[in-house]
Amino acid sequence: MIVRLLTLLVLLGFAGVVCAAAGKVPGPRQLTNWTAIMSFGFFVIAMLYATKWAAAKSRAAADFYAGGSGLSGFQNGLAIAGDYMSAASFLGISAAVMVYGYDGLLYSIGFLVGWPIVTFLMAERLRNLGKFTFADVAGYRFRQKPIRAFAATSTLIVVAFYLIAQMVGAGQLVKLLFGLEYWMAVVIVGALMTAYVLAGGMTSTTWMQIVKAVMLLFGATFMAFMVLLHYGFNLEAMFARAIEIKTQLAGKELLADALGGGLGLRQAAGLTGGEAAAAGRSIMGPGNFLADPVSAISFGIALMFGTAGLPHVLIRFFTVPNAKEARKSVLWATTWIGYFYLLTFIIGFGAIAFVLIDPQFLDARGELRGGANMAAVHLASAVGGNLFFGFIAAVAFATILAVVAGLTLSGASAVSHDLYATVLRRGSIDPSAELRVSRLTTLGLGLVSVLLGIAFERQNIAYMVSLAFAVAASANFPVLFMAVLWKDCTTRGAVIGGSLGLLSSVGLVLVSPAIWEETLGNPAGSALFPYASPCLFSMPLGFVGVWLFSRLDRSEQAQRERRAFRDQEIRSETGIGAIAASAR
Amino acid sequence: MYSNIYEKISDNPKYLQLKRRRRRFAWSLTLLVLAVYLGYLALVAFARPLLAEPLPGLTAMTWGIPLGVAVIVFTIAVTGLYVYRANAEFDALRDEIIRDLRK
Repeated sequence: MIVRLLTLLVLLGFAGVVCAAAGKVPGPRQLTNWTAIMSFGFFVIAMLYATKWAAAKSRAAADFYAGGSGLSGFQNGLAIAGDYMSAASFLGISAAVMVYGYDGLLYSIGFLVGWPIVTFLMAERLRNLGKFTFADVAGYRFRQKPIRAFAATSTLIVVAFYLIAQMVGAGQLVKLLFGLEYWMAVVIVGALMTAYVLAGGMTSTTWMQIVKAVMLLFGATFMAFMVLLHYGFNLEAMFARAIEIKTQLAGKELLADALGGGLGLRQAAGLTGGEAAAAGRSIMGPGNFLADPVSAISFGIALMFGTAGLPHVLIRFFTVPNAKEARKSVLWATTWIGYFYLLTFIIGFGAIAFVLIDPQFLDARGELRGGANMAAVHLASAVGGNLFFGFIAAVAFATILAVVAGLTLSGASAVSHDLYATVLRRGSIDPSAELRVSRLTTLGLGLVSVLLGIAFERQNIAYMVSLAFAVAASANFPVLFMAVLWKDCTTRGAVIGGSLGLLSSVGLVLVSPAIWEETLGNPAGSALFPYASPCLFSMPLGFVGVWLFSRLDRSEQAQRERRAFRDQEIRSETGIGAIAASAR
Repeated sequence: MYSNIYEKISDNPKYLQLKRRRRRFAWSLTLLVLAVYLGYLALVAFARPLLAEPLPGLTAMTWGIPLGVAVIVFTIAVTGLYVYRANAEFDALRDEIIRDLRK
């Protein structure tokens, strides 16, 4: 029923898009590529059916929040990998590699290296303490109202940053494929995704993630294979070609600048030759994207610890039957994600060679059609023709659909479960009212992400996600970490410290160059905070806040919370209590 | 309702052993990962020419590439190491603790 409805929706959206595209005056956008569009439509619908088939076969209950605790470690690992291999990972990292070269690898490594930390310190404790939202874990022994109000707020903010990146990716993809205006593409995508979440719930989202993870791994493997095949599996040859192309491009740009500055042709060429070679070579080492050491370290820390604070990833640990499966699922997820990131690096270098100088992918000004974020999609067309282009576009679209669904759901459950049921209704739970609230939240998040998605059109989407990671690492991670591992942590400490991390990270992001100058249009150099990521400052602030205000808390309540640590620890170490809860 | 169960577990020597072993193992591995990653970040931040130096005998591929790939492979391997030991040893200890409860 749900899938039929969705297929209908996709077809409707699709028909609307095609009509809109057909009725367009041939402007600066490209001609409609029918083979790719048919292939795209076919694979999107096929994936929806595969999702339905897989979900029907599983015994997971059709719960709006958690997909039932019936997933195996392998399945859940794929679902986590699916959540994590978002549009940002696939489109954003390959674009970053294409533009900056080596610095793109910093995304891959940073996004991956948080996983062992999650495994060692968090995964089984999350599974043993949690139920619906990460506030269940963070607030296990705390006063529910303040901790849940904090958790819901920070969840919504992290989810919003993450959603923006997905919407930008989806908007650019649909714009490129159908030749629509960007804003129109974002609106259509937003509407489709909201409808999908409202109709689907967590079960179909989980299976969507699994199906899509498999397709994405297959597609990316094929692309990387084709790129390597072209160079006879000689990486040195691939890198050498990329340097050559980057040198050429840098030479052209420098020459144009020098000529524009009034130099003669010969003089300009002599001056710029060495510089161009240096610019070409620079893609093989760090420094193109993160110019200063503070940015590099701050950015790296955000990626590492952000993983342990992402609400939509944390709740994935509640959907496995026991701690053993929770651990297995992180191992599977880490393996798939690591493998995938190696592929995106090759895909990015492939894009330099196959896409960056091929006129069919460039617009009149010599820039990549659809923006740099479309590097991987163009590469698909270059190595696999229109059918494969449609396939990769469909996989990217499904990726975004599934990730948006997962994000929206974690935002919706934070509002309905934490904010509405616990804070506003003081725990007198009315399931139907709660469901209504989560549906309203879904609509609200859909609207917000469309508006912000339009505003952030020009940002690299992996960078947008790194901001979500910075906020998660500064607000959620310190609270979760201290609440679970430190006996003396109290409600007051957790809420004040977490809020400090949240406010400082969001505040610094707003006055950083990417938002203050590039998005809000203030003059270059006017940003108050010069670094690429706030995490180096905001995360320690969060930790110190939690520590200090817990230490200062001498209330009777605080003593009770410290005493309750023993039972919390036993449950988190052994799973006793949690086992009975899930066996019910 | 679990408080008397928790009371019984809290002074079971096997529980204390589980806690101690897991803590030592998990924190040593955490420190190892932090050392490797922060070391790598330090190279990225402060030793750029070193990472941009071509490998011996090559002109294009730099030291940074194998080093970055090694960090990725290390990350997966160290996760596997923890999961392997936890699933065998820690879960067995945990099962013993639960068995003791039934006595």
